[in-house]
Parts: sequence; C-alpha cells; structure tokens
Amino acid sequence: MSLAFLLIAFLTVATAAVAMALRNLVRSALLLGASWAGVAAFYLWAGAEFLAFAQVLVYVGAISMVVLFAVLLTRPSRDEGAVSPASAGRLLPALIAGGSVLGVLVGAIVGSPLRTAAKPPLAFTVRELGLQLMGPHAASLVVVGALLTVALLGAVVIAAPGRPGDREDPR
Amino acid sequence: MRVPAHLLWLIPALPLLAAGIGAFAPRTARRTTAGSAIAAMAISFLLSCGALVTALRDPAVHAVHNFAWFDLGHGALRLGWLLDPLTALMGVMVTLVGLLIFIFSAGYMAEDANFKQFFCFLSLFGAAMLGLLVANSLLLLFICWELVGLASYLLIGFWFHQPSAAAAAKKAFITTRIGDLGLLVGLLWLYDATGSLLFFDGGEGVLEAGPLAALSAQTTVGGLAVSTAIGLLIFCGAAGKSGQFPLHVWLPDAMEGPTPVSALIHAATMVAAGVFLIARVYPLLAADLTLPSAPLHALSVVATIGAITALLGAVIAVGQNDIKRILAFSTVSQLGYMMLALGVGSWVTAIFHLLTHAFFKALLFLGAGSVIHAAHHEQDIRRLGGLRAPLRVTFATFAVGMMALAGVPFLFSGFWSKEAILHAAHGWSVSQLPFAAGLIAVVLTAFYTTRLVAEVFLGTPRGEGAARAQESPAVMTVPLVLLAVCAALLGFIGTPWWPWLQRTLDPTFATEPGGFGLMAVSIVLVATGLGAGWALYARIPRSSAGEADPVERRAPRLFAALADRLGFDELYAATVGRLNAWTAAFADALDRRVWDGTVRLLAGLGLFTGQVTRETDENLINGGFDAASGGLRSGGRAYSRGQSGDTHSYLRYIAIGFTLIALAVLLGVRR
Amino acid sequence: MNLSPLHLCLLFSSALFCVGLIGALSRGNSILVLLGVELMLNAGNINLIAFWRFGPAPAEGTGVLFVLFAIAIAAAEAAVGLALVIAVHRHQRNIRLQEANHLRG
Repeated sequence: MSLAFLLIAFLTVATAAVAMALRNLVRSALLLGASWAGVAAFYLWAGAEFLAFAQVLVYVGAISMVVLFAVLLTRPSRDEGAVSPASAGRLLPALIAGGSVLGVLVGAIVGSPLRTAAKPPLAFTVRELGLQLMGPHAASLVVVGALLTVALLGAVVIAAPGRPGDREDPR
Repeated sequence: MRVPAHLLWLIPALPLLAAGIGAFAPRTARRTTAGSAIAAMAISFLLSCGALVTALRDPAVHAVHNFAWFDLGHGALRLGWLLDPLTALMGVMVTLVGLLIFIFSAGYMAEDANFKQFFCFLSLFGAAMLGLLVANSLLLLFICWELVGLASYLLIGFWFHQPSAAAAAKKAFITTRIGDLGLLVGLLWLYDATGSLLFFDGGEGVLEAGPLAALSAQTTVGGLAVSTAIGLLIFCGAAGKSGQFPLHVWLPDAMEGPTPVSALIHAATMVAAGVFLIARVYPLLAADLTLPSAPLHALSVVATIGAITALLGAVIAVGQNDIKRILAFSTVSQLGYMMLALGVGSWVTAIFHLLTHAFFKALLFLGAGSVIHAAHHEQDIRRLGGLRAPLRVTFATFAVGMMALAGVPFLFSGFWSKEAILHAAHGWSVSQLPFAAGLIAVVLTAFYTTRLVAEVFLGTPRGEGAARAQESPAVMTVPLVLLAVCAALLGFIGTPWWPWLQRTLDPTFATEPGGFGLMAVSIVLVATGLGAGWALYARIPRSSAGEADPVERRAPRLFAALADRLGFDELYAATVGRLNAWTAAFADALDRRVWDGTVRLLAGLGLFTGQVTRETDENLINGGFDAASGGLRSGGRAYSRGQSGDTHSYLRYIAIGFTLIALAVLLGVRR
Repeated sequence: MNLSPLHLCLLFSSALFCVGLIGALSRGNSILVLLGVELMLNAGNINLIAFWRFGPAPAEGTGVLFVLFAIAIAAAEAAVGLALVIAVHRHQRNIRLQEANHLRG
C-alpha cells in the first residue's frame, strides 16, 4: 500500500469536507474542484490514465466552471449576506444519517473478505479503450452522445428566460 | 453536336429549371427570371438542333431510352424518351418559335407588374410542351399534356382581375378537360388491353406491329375494333386541345390572355399538342384500315371533324371584328386542315402544315401584338386603320404572315403545306366532301385575311389609339422579322419537287403525279378570295368606325350570325349549361329534401338516445362512481401529506432506509 | 486487522460518499446540494475503478468504460441540475432548497 494513495485519499476527502462546510460558495466550488482533481489523481494511481484525463476535463474543467457561473448568476442580494452553512436543525439529522451510513459501509467493507488478483494488472491502453468504444460498445457511445445532446438542449430550454407573457417575477 | 435519346430529357428540363428559378425568385427579379427563361429556351433550341442532327442520321429509326418509374409488384410502370424525326422537328420548331416569343414578351410585357410570374408560367408552358414531345410513353405524354393545360389556364387568366379573362381561362380549362377525359379513358383502356403505354419498346410498344395487330383483332360494342375505340377516345383529347369542332369554343376566348400567350398557344404549344398527339399515335388510328368490313374507321371520323372545323372556322372568321379573334378562328380553321390531313392518311403533310403554320401564325399574333401595343390596346379593327405608314416593319412582316396564311402561291410557306393537304384530301378514297370543304375554306381564308390587313393597315386612322401609333421597340420587331423569314422560306422543305420533309418523316412517302391541275385550281381560288376581299375592303377603305361592314350591308342576317360565332356558345349554354343547371337543381333538391330529412331523423334519434343515457347516468350509475372517486380523492389527500416538498427530508429518508436495509442484510449474513 | 489495497480504496470512497451525503443533507443552498450529489457520484466511480483495478479481470476494461459513461451522464446531470437552479432562482429569487416546495401535497 503506497503512501501516495493515502495522501491522495486524505487530500480528496479533506478538501471535500472543507468545501461542504464553508460559508463562501465561490471558495466551496474551488475546493471541490481540488477534490475532483484528487479523484483524478486516484484514477492515475489506479492505472486508468484516460479516465484521469476525462475527470480533469469534465469535472475540474467544465463542471466547476459551470458551477461558478451558476453561483455568480444566482448570487443572493446583499442584505441576505452569505449563506449560513447549516442551521442546527438540519445539521444534526444530517450528521446522524451520514454517520450511520458511513458506519454501515465501513462495517460491511471491513467485515468482507475481498479477494484481489494476485498478479499485477496488465496495462489497459487508450488504444484498447478506443477499440472497445468503437467496437462492442459503439451503440452505448451513440446513446450517451444522444443523451448528452438532449440534456444540454433541455438545460438551455430550462435556463433560458421564458416568454414575456409568462407569469414570472420581473428582474 | 449529337444528342442521343438518353439525354433528351435535358430539353424540357432546362425550361422547367427556369420556371423553378422564376417561382422562387423575388418579385423584383425581373431581369433574372426573363433572362433565365430565354437562356434556357435558347439552350434547349441548340439541344433540339443537336437532336435533329442525330435523328436525321437514320430517319427510319425510333431511338428510345426506357426506364422503370416505379414497381407495381407484378411488373413495373415504365416511361421513356423517344427520338425520331417527328420529335426532333417539332422540338426545333417549338424551341425556336418559343424563343422568339419569349424575346418578344420581354418587350411586350415590360410594364406589367407581374412580369416575373409571366416568365415563370411561360417557361412552364414551354417545358410541358417539350416534355410532351420527347415522351415515349402515353402516360408521360398525358402528364405533360395536363401540365400544358395548367400552364395555359394560368396564362390565359394572367390578367385575372378582368372577369372576362378569368372566365376565359376557366372555359379553356373545362372545355379541354372534357376532351382529356376521353384521352384518360383511352389511356387506361390501352394499358388494360396491352399492359404497356410505351410507344416503342423493341416490338412490345403499343405503336409496333404486334400489339397493334392484337388490338385491331379484338372487337367491342357495335363491332368496333378495340384499336378504333381507343383511337377515337384519344382523338377526343386531341380535339379538345386542338380546338376541333365541337370543342373549339375555348380557343377564341383564349384571346383574353396577353398576346404573346396567344401566339404561344396558337403556334407552338397548346394546339400543336393535339395534332402532334394524333400524328404520334397515327399507327394506332390507322390499324383498323386493314379491316375493310369495320363499321367505322377512326381516321374517317378524324377527317370529318377536321373538314367541318376547317370550314366552320373560316366562315366565322369572316364576321369577327376583333383582330385577335379573327386570327383565333383562322387557327381553328387551319387546325381543321391539319386534322383533315391526318384523317385522310397523310400525317406527314399535317406535320408540314403544323410547322409552317406555327411560324406564320406566331408571326401574325406577334404582329397583332405589336399593333395592339402601338395602338394603345385597341383591338377592334373598325377603330384601327391607316397603320401602314407608322408601323412599317410590323406592316411588312404582318403582310408576309397574312400571305402565308392565305396561301399566296410560290413564295409563301402556307401555300405549299396547304397544297399538300388538298392534294392528299383529293386522293382520299372514301369521300370527296372533305376536299370540297377544304377548297371552300381556301377562298374564305384568302377573303378574311385580305379584310384584316385592309382594315388594319390601309385607309385612315379611325380611332384615338390608331392615330397616335408608333413603331414597337427592336426587342419586338426583330423576332417579327426572323419569323417572317421563316414563314416565307419554310415551305421549300416540302415542295412536290423536293419533298425532303415528307421523306424524312416517312421514308415510304411518294409524290403522286398529276398534282399540277389541282394546284392551278387552288391558285384560282386564292385569287378569287383575295380579289373579293380587295373589292369589298381595300378599294374603298372604311371611313369611320361606325360604318357598317360591306358584307353586313349586303347580308345583315348572315353577318350577325357570323359575328355571333354561329351561336355555339349560346347553344352550349342552352344545352350543356342548362342540363348542368338542372342536374344541380335536382341534386340540390335531393340534398335538401331527402338527405336532409334522413340526416335530421338520424340526428333526432341520436339526441333521444343521448337523453335516455343521460337520465340513466345521472340517476342510476353516478352514485356508485361518485362514492368510489370520493374515496380515491381522500386517499390521495392522505398520501400527499408525505409529499412535503422538502428535498432534504427525502434524501434523509433515503439514507435512513439504506442504512436499515444494509443493516438487515449484514446481520442476516452474520447469522 | 489486515486490510488489502481494495479495502482501503473502498473505505476511501465510503468516506467521500458520506462527506457528500452530509453536505447534501445539511446545506440549504441548492448548488451545494448538487455538488454533494456530484461527490457521491465520484465516490461510486472510485468504487468501480477499485474493483476493476484489483478485481479478477483488469484486462477487459469494463470498469473504465463504465466510469467513462458515468462521467458523461454526470456531466449531463450537472448541466440540467444547474439549469434547474437558475430557473428556480428566476422564479423565487433565491436558491434555498427548502423553499422550493410548491409541489408539496
């Protein structure tokens, strides 16, 4: 078990936890970007280089940008101040629920005898991945592409301002 | 340049493309539309010349290119292109005359607000006619035939804001449609009898020996051969399009369209289609000649109708006062000549006359258009007059056209082609009556053409418009000069000494000796007609518009009947029109009394049943449903309390539920 | 207690998952809730990769493919989710999730 893995895991979980606790939304978003980069580092460690690349591209690059935009677009008016992290009424049940789930998961994992492969894994190159994607999984690829297109179109429709006649708060 | 049969589609396709450009071009794109229409027609002309060169290499061959249009399950419906001297010659004529008319139109219609549409329709007209020429299938021919009808409807009614133009367009469309019904029935019958509509198909086509023999061997009602019956039905269509008696009434009214349209209809496209059709399917009509005992020969009917039409048109033309109407009835008469020639078995002379007539009639109509344009839209010959001096080019070219129409000997094309027809009629073995009718029509034709020229160009101006007339621009006079040259010289391709055209179309054609006595007779007759016209109209020109016509003075009743076009329109209004009105009234009464009552009864029944059902529903059935739906509603309300709208709590429930299930599973495994 | 690398990977993903869950449960801001959900999705992906890496057949690449598709779908989900947040903001002029309850029973 390498030190690298432990470091990656710790940083990832820690940045995520801090991000979830911060008052400032912009900082939260940036820290989450760091956390996603940590996940990418984990993929790299695990030998899935292409996935690491995709993770950086999609999460660190695209989603955190979109999140930042959303944060800026939906910034609350000044008198409201920063968003309170959590009212005590919600924090306690959240901790209880999260803790119990964590407990169950850890208990299950530790209690399971998991067999691992004896020999070190072969390299899974991008070339093989491409062959898989274009060969047996081509249909799935097309479906995912269609899903993405539809989702993005839908997102545009949802986010676009409605017609003037719609019942809506004036800006 | 050679144009083989499989490229023949280009000839109609180019004007069609121009029509498409015209249809989608903006309203202001006048130059583009007219330019593309003229350019397309010019290229089609060159292609037609190429096709002619190709066809003349071996005139006896019918080069075809057939292809399947769509599969019918058993067999396929096939269309095709056909290249033979008939198609090629007609193609050259149509594209050349059409081109000149298009150029003339650019000047004549220059001030019209709908200039663009006009050229779009003209191109469509040309494309439809050319498609009809190159078709090797009666079905394709019929499609183009109907397109010709549609385009003529659009063009005759081009000034549709005038009620008379709209009515004339409607009349032309409906009258030709009556004939087209016959053509359609004939077409279906032909397909049923032979299983093919291709003209030439390597021995299988309907105009080839095998199927023709089979068709003439069967008989149908009244002992008619099937080929005779189908031929007569097809002739119905041709009679409608070519303005043959009794369907000639639309042709004079078609004058309501702009004058270039009249020229196109009367010379190159519409009326030529009927004659062309009969010439094309001539073997079908002639198939029954091998049966001497047949009760009726199709060609005899054609000859009779043609003779009647030739005489009738010439007679009525004498009594008309509108310059375009006189020309229209002369067209009716000349088309009668062509049908007469077809009927007496000499289809090549019919095509000869069709070609020469196309040029001199286009010339006459465009000349008339030039006169009308110059005289500020005055069409009544009584108010024209004295236009010889101001309209020098128009007068000279119009006179050439008029002499070609009258059949002035030797130098003018109409003489040669008409002479060939009279010769053929003289040699007909069945009857000499068509020949006699043709001779009388020769006199009348010479007479009314003299009258027309004398009234329009001689004497003094008798109206406001004629007094201020000025020569038309070059874009209009140049086509006139070109047409005049053709009208004069075209006759020399078919003289009895050198019958090139006849030999090309029909290699078996032979000139019979002894035609010169006949020629002398017709020269005398033409001279008689011209002399009579000169004596009555030109010697003492009319002095005022209100003065009575010389013929009217001598025989007022006859002239009134002629001016009334022998009452055909009234006759049709009194018979067909009234029958139609009666049928409509009867149908109306049937509708109102019988069907309406039935419908009302049914509606009453429906209402009654509905009432009964409603009472049952409200009083008997509703209670149970109301109770059930009330229960559902309160149940739904109870469940909806759990739907708090608080997303956090949903997520929380999921987490708790997951924990519980996982715990249960884990504990279950441990145990 | 003898833990294999696979165990450690799974524990790591469990921790990340619960961080995401607690964040999503406790925060009132819709964007943060959404980000918590994204974290949970990432934890799932880590699981898949762990089982692929230490599982019996790493040469087949099924895990990688699966995660690839999951990332694509997560991208779509994020786009739609954030669009929804913007729509909610336009409608009620804030993005507090607990106030977006107009469809409650």
